[in-house]
Amino acid sequence: MRKIFFFIFYLFIFNNSALALVEVDITRGNLDPLPIAVSPFYIEPGSKDINQDGKVIKNIGEEISKVIEVNLKRSGLFNPLKKDSFVQNPDIAHVKPRFEDWRLIKAQALMTGKVTVSDEKLRIEFRLWDVVAAKEMVALAFSTNPSNWRRVAHMISDKIYQRLTGEEGYFDTRIIYVSETGEKTQRFKRLAIMDQDGANLKYLTLGNELVLTPRFSPKNQLVTYLSYFRNMPRVYLLDIETGKQEVVGDFPGMTFAPRFSPNGEKIIMSFAKDGNSDIYTMNLKTRVVEKITDHTSIDTSPSYSPDGKYICFNSDRSGLQQIYVMRSDGSNVKRITFGKGLYGTPVWSPRGDLIAFTRVHKGKFYIGVMRTDGSGERLLTENFYQEAPSWSPNGRVLVFYRETKSNADGSGFSAKLWSIDLTGYNERLIETETDGSDPSWSSLLSK
Amino acid sequence: MSKSIFLSLVFHSVMIVLTALSLPFMIKPPIDLPPILSVDLIQITDKTSIPFAAKAAKTLEEIKKKEEERIVSEQAPPTEKKKEKPDRIPLPEDLNKEKQEIIKKKQNPKEVEEQIRQASEFEKKEIFDPNKIAALIDKSKEDAAKTLKKNKKLTQSNVKNSFSNALTLSQEDALKAQIFGCWSLPLGLPYQENLLVRIKLKLKPDGTVLRSEILDHARMNQPGQSFYKVLAESALRAIRICQPLRVPPTGYEKWKDLQLNFDANEMLKG
Repeated sequence: MRKIFFFIFYLFIFNNSALALVEVDITRGNLDPLPIAVSPFYIEPGSKDINQDGKVIKNIGEEISKVIEVNLKRSGLFNPLKKDSFVQNPDIAHVKPRFEDWRLIKAQALMTGKVTVSDEKLRIEFRLWDVVAAKEMVALAFSTNPSNWRRVAHMISDKIYQRLTGEEGYFDTRIIYVSETGEKTQRFKRLAIMDQDGANLKYLTLGNELVLTPRFSPKNQLVTYLSYFRNMPRVYLLDIETGKQEVVGDFPGMTFAPRFSPNGEKIIMSFAKDGNSDIYTMNLKTRVVEKITDHTSIDTSPSYSPDGKYICFNSDRSGLQQIYVMRSDGSNVKRITFGKGLYGTPVWSPRGDLIAFTRVHKGKFYIGVMRTDGSGERLLTENFYQEAPSWSPNGRVLVFYRETKSNADGSGFSAKLWSIDLTGYNERLIETETDGSDPSWSSLLSK
Repeated sequence: MSKSIFLSLVFHSVMIVLTALSLPFMIKPPIDLPPILSVDLIQITDKTSIPFAAKAAKTLEEIKKKEEERIVSEQAPPTEKKKEKPDRIPLPEDLNKEKQEIIKKKQNPKEVEEQIRQASEFEKKEIFDPNKIAALIDKSKEDAAKTLKKNKKLTQSNVKNSFSNALTLSQEDALKAQIFGCWSLPLGLPYQENLLVRIKLKLKPDGTVLRSEILDHARMNQPGQSFYKVLAESALRAIRICQPLRVPPTGYEKWKDLQLNFDANEMLKG
């Protein structure tokens, strides 16, 4: 009996060791940006120079690769390698690269491409290579008007970003903001729009009316903003593609931050009626206004979840300004922030997983993110004064504005646009011609 | 009748004038915006097949030839087998032989000392068992257990065999440390998803990779799982950059099939 038992036991062990596969868990990795080589685009013989706004762009191949390089570097996820170290010339766009040459300079990915410019047509081809696996990852060609070359560079950046990170890019986008000039006490405010990298700046209003809180629609290239006409706030709709704008309606004196619903059919805002500020929606087709909250406290800054089922907003119903979440019909209101200080300007991430906010505590302003139930709060950046975060369409980067402390005589004041990613380490100034505030990020233009 | 028509006309024209005077302020002139120009996108992957550059083709062929030669030489390794013997591989046959040798030398008192030494080494292997228990307590193993739970696809091959002693803790740590340095984690991964990629490797005795296979390959084509492809590629890249892998010099039979579980969850969730 004992022998049988040992025999079974032995069989059990033997069986197990026969099946055993050595497993090793890799739970850590390298968080350094991915080394990528962006080879200048090869210009096909016979191509013409591009003439844009009176300027002749001679080496368009290099210019395009520069835009791509800057985009990738600013994302914080890539490390574009210096071109001085490249062993192969740009003419490799015709052939498969010599991968061992690129492995030598520690590149893990390589982009090559070529440009053909004729009178009214620009054709750009690019290929992304996995240097380590020695295989092609993406190959695409773009055909457009020659003046549109920057946009193609952004689209290529998006394709590279998407292929190497697994999430959608955000480079072929624009940022609308309020451009500010003049003394601190008498600011001259205009609506301005630019590419996400600060290029192609265009002023949309003349500055004779005060403009506030421009917000992009998450679905299309529509913008809603607040402008004062005869000291009364008026909500406008601006179509970026046609330049047409229309009045949505006149609202009472204390109207704040109109924002689109996820399907773009409604706008949600807060305004004070009978001395009490509540949240309202307006259907853009029927122009029917619906009251969402009905409370004696001040409810402001509403923002929809991407599925349209929930709304986050800030309210002082608990005594201090905190963030709340409710169903889109106004029911089931739930407070989600309980930290010290004040919480405001909540904005739901396009991915739906996080809410960005501004927190004020002990005289400091913080931009942070938390889960939609209020847990996992992370403060990304701290400063003297900063607010109004707006998400990039992929939900990875936030753009906001930051003001500096002015001197006693009012000098030294500035307001600038900044971006920061979810890690909190990649904080960057967005260069603008003038001071800027209230930025809002568009969805992808190519969507 | 004519009077009423006249009055109607008057009032209508008044209304039209009032409308024309009052409404224009509601209309803002269109803004002169640069148009968003369309860009045509053409898939060129299938349309063109880029040839290798003349030089690159030559070098690649040379590399291929060399690799083939290397494989052939490794497939007939009489010398290597000889090398394995003195390395004290804990194979049952070897152990038996050692025991036999000890028995033969028992009569010699000097050899007895050696016998004691051998015995103590043998005991060390016995003592190694508690270490294996320690390995079970090891945090990384706990994590693996968690991720396996998440997978809910436990198969016999997935379950770690505590009786397997192909890699000691220090050998496993050395391998891990090597791959940690090579794995560039894609930072854009959605951190609330299951970010575990299991790669099965067939290794050569020198630690280079003969074959690699992604175990959950089907997941790549599932909707909403495009990040998984990126993650899997990054893991494969790490293996390629790292090879030859830091494997023990002995016991090839035990670790020639190796499974690496790349789990990005811990890193990205922080």
